[in-house]
Amino acid sequence: MDFEFSDEQRQLREAVEGFASKEYSFEHLRAIKRSGAGWDPAVWRGLAELGVTALYVPAALGGLGYEPAETLALMDACGPSLFLEPILTSAVIATVLLSRFQGGAAADETLRALGRGEEIAALAHFEPRSRFEVRWVETRAERSGEGFGLRGQKAVVAHAGLADTLIVSARTAGRQSEAAGISLFLVPRETPGLKLIDYLTFDGQRAADVYLDGVHVPKSALLGTEGEALPAIEAALDVGLAALCAEAVSIMQALLRATVDYLNTRRQFGQPIGRFQALQHRVADMTVHLEQARSMSYLAAARCAVADLEERRRVLSAAKVVIAEAARFIGQQAVQLHGGMGMTDELKVSHWFKRLTAIEILLGDGDFHLQRFAASMTWA
Amino acid sequence: MNLEFTAEERAFRDEVRAFVREQLPSATRAKVLGGYDLSRDDFLTWQRRLYEHGWGAVNWPKQFGGTGWNAVRQYIFEEESAEAGAPRLIPFGLKMVAPVLMTFGSPEQQRRFLPPILSSEAWWCQGYSEPGAGSDLASLRTRAVREGDHFVVNGQKTWNTLGHFADWMFCLARTDSQAKPQSGISFLLIDMKSPGVSVRPIALLDGGPREVNDVFFENVRVPVENLVGEENRGWTYAKFLLGHERTSIAGIGSTKRELARLKRVVAEERRDGRSQLDLFATRVARVEIDLMALEITNLRVLSGEGASRAPGPEASILKIKGTEIQQTISELMMHAAGVYALPLRLEAMEAGWQSDPTLPPAGPRFAATAACAYLNQRKLSIFGGTNEIQKNIIAKMVGL
Repeated sequence: MDFEFSDEQRQLREAVEGFASKEYSFEHLRAIKRSGAGWDPAVWRGLAELGVTALYVPAALGGLGYEPAETLALMDACGPSLFLEPILTSAVIATVLLSRFQGGAAADETLRALGRGEEIAALAHFEPRSRFEVRWVETRAERSGEGFGLRGQKAVVAHAGLADTLIVSARTAGRQSEAAGISLFLVPRETPGLKLIDYLTFDGQRAADVYLDGVHVPKSALLGTEGEALPAIEAALDVGLAALCAEAVSIMQALLRATVDYLNTRRQFGQPIGRFQALQHRVADMTVHLEQARSMSYLAAARCAVADLEERRRVLSAAKVVIAEAARFIGQQAVQLHGGMGMTDELKVSHWFKRLTAIEILLGDGDFHLQRFAASMTWA
Repeated sequence: MNLEFTAEERAFRDEVRAFVREQLPSATRAKVLGGYDLSRDDFLTWQRRLYEHGWGAVNWPKQFGGTGWNAVRQYIFEEESAEAGAPRLIPFGLKMVAPVLMTFGSPEQQRRFLPPILSSEAWWCQGYSEPGAGSDLASLRTRAVREGDHFVVNGQKTWNTLGHFADWMFCLARTDSQAKPQSGISFLLIDMKSPGVSVRPIALLDGGPREVNDVFFENVRVPVENLVGEENRGWTYAKFLLGHERTSIAGIGSTKRELARLKRVVAEERRDGRSQLDLFATRVARVEIDLMALEITNLRVLSGEGASRAPGPEASILKIKGTEIQQTISELMMHAAGVYALPLRLEAMEAGWQSDPTLPPAGPRFAATAACAYLNQRKLSIFGGTNEIQKNIIAKMVGL
């Protein structure tokens, strides 16, 4: 057993943290948020130069070929800076997904471009009625001439508006919640018939609702075997979930630190408010939540890519239950303990809180994962 | 980062499993797995089998006859034996007074007191809390006055666990009433058979068998050679002791065992169609998840420390979360029993009891012990430093 980061992981962390402290100050983050752009292309180029976009691109395609478990070090370093850029969306989830189709011409070409940071890709999968159910797909792909015609709707697709390529799931067979029959297609964002309603989400990131109205793609846009994409989607989302857990933990840690600093500085009744036991115990509760969440983020990273699907789901659901609850508690209490200041845009506390709140929901909230875990439990 | 045990540690785990399977008396195993009371003999028989195997002191260095295991091995041993239904090790001698003697005791004290602890010939108990000194232990008032080559001890200790079995007590007493509270305390070893020592049981809310006592000292004469370390330095030794037990503070092994029992009884209840337990199932799931996380937290703490490093305040996190989970499981067990948990039948805590063998029972067998266990386990968040005191420690640790 060993709970230390490897030298390689430490280097990655230091590089990202060094970059963030120079190029991604809180003031810079606020400026991007105020502009409404939702990201800074120069920052994205800088992250690509550090190798962040190439981490999960297979070595044969010019990438670094990292293991999925390495998202722990990456997201741990990225989290507190609150990067708005599509690290999770493109560099992790889309890249891990596409690398499952390595060897296919379209996937390989996109992976090379992603690795170099020249392109951004986003998985357009969840739908207005799917909620958190990965296998729920109503969007349909019909054979049409030499290709496919896609018709349907995707909901709250992270970073869709800045993506050069959307990876769209659609049914080539089967009913809406059947495991079989789901296919994946590479769809350039400028494809006719593809319409995006683009907006900011409350954590300052960009997302879009995606409407596919007879979008025609060539046969070469199909990734892998027709109707068999679900395991790849699940695998990529599972890595994404572990990454999200690591991101959450690093933000919780930052919030706890900020809160302790504030309690030691803010004076009322002639003393630092951190002397009051009611507040001390709240901080102790936050610490217990944080350490339990950290443990689960380690476990999630270690198991997010194991072949045993039952074990993978069991661990990831457990991790999300613990982390969703910890994120809610720590986020809410950090705002509470900062008093009125916690409500302001001026402190990073509120920005961290909003991202944690989004993470709590993304890829399945605590209740969803608790139910999934309970349903898979063996009882005797 | 690597969360798996090494091949060597896995082999060790198999060795522990095999040993417990072969050596644990089946009657003891059945009592532990069924949640019934254990007798003094049950504890001692198991402890002696461990001793005969060379595992009498799993937390001691080899020079004193211990196994010399590191923290991870101790953890594996405790977890495996608890899950397999072995009794817990009585901690007062092995885990509490012994490390103090090894660190602060004289060679003579080590030679005299350690071997009988190792062979479980001597049963120890703790004399810390007093009616007026609980969380604020340093305010204790039991006095030890030097008279020639003896201390004369007067006062009262309370919440003394299993002292009615004990041969010896390690005791904190005030030897200097002028000094600051922490600076006037000494660490004494008291023979429980000394004239002037009396032990009286305290009835607890569960009505169960005798567990804790008041201990009274009336002019009890304690030879000066039974003073550990220096006079008036006892507080240092006591603090050393209080924080020393961290491999098993979270109780992962026994908690896993109790969770498995809870799941078994819930499965039976559902099969019998006795109640609607779907919502209940998610509560069980929730506690299983908490336990998964705590196990990793515990391993993080263990792997982060060398064998000799003094325990830090992370132990407080393990204590709080561990006791919360254990209490939740006992609560769920009682609620799984539903109304059948209400009958108060103290005999039911004995393995093999039946209300009337000629008549069908009114409820499931586990129900008879569920309420007693629930009531008794309320102590977990109170003893060993209340969970509120643990929170004070954590707040300090993070910089408040």
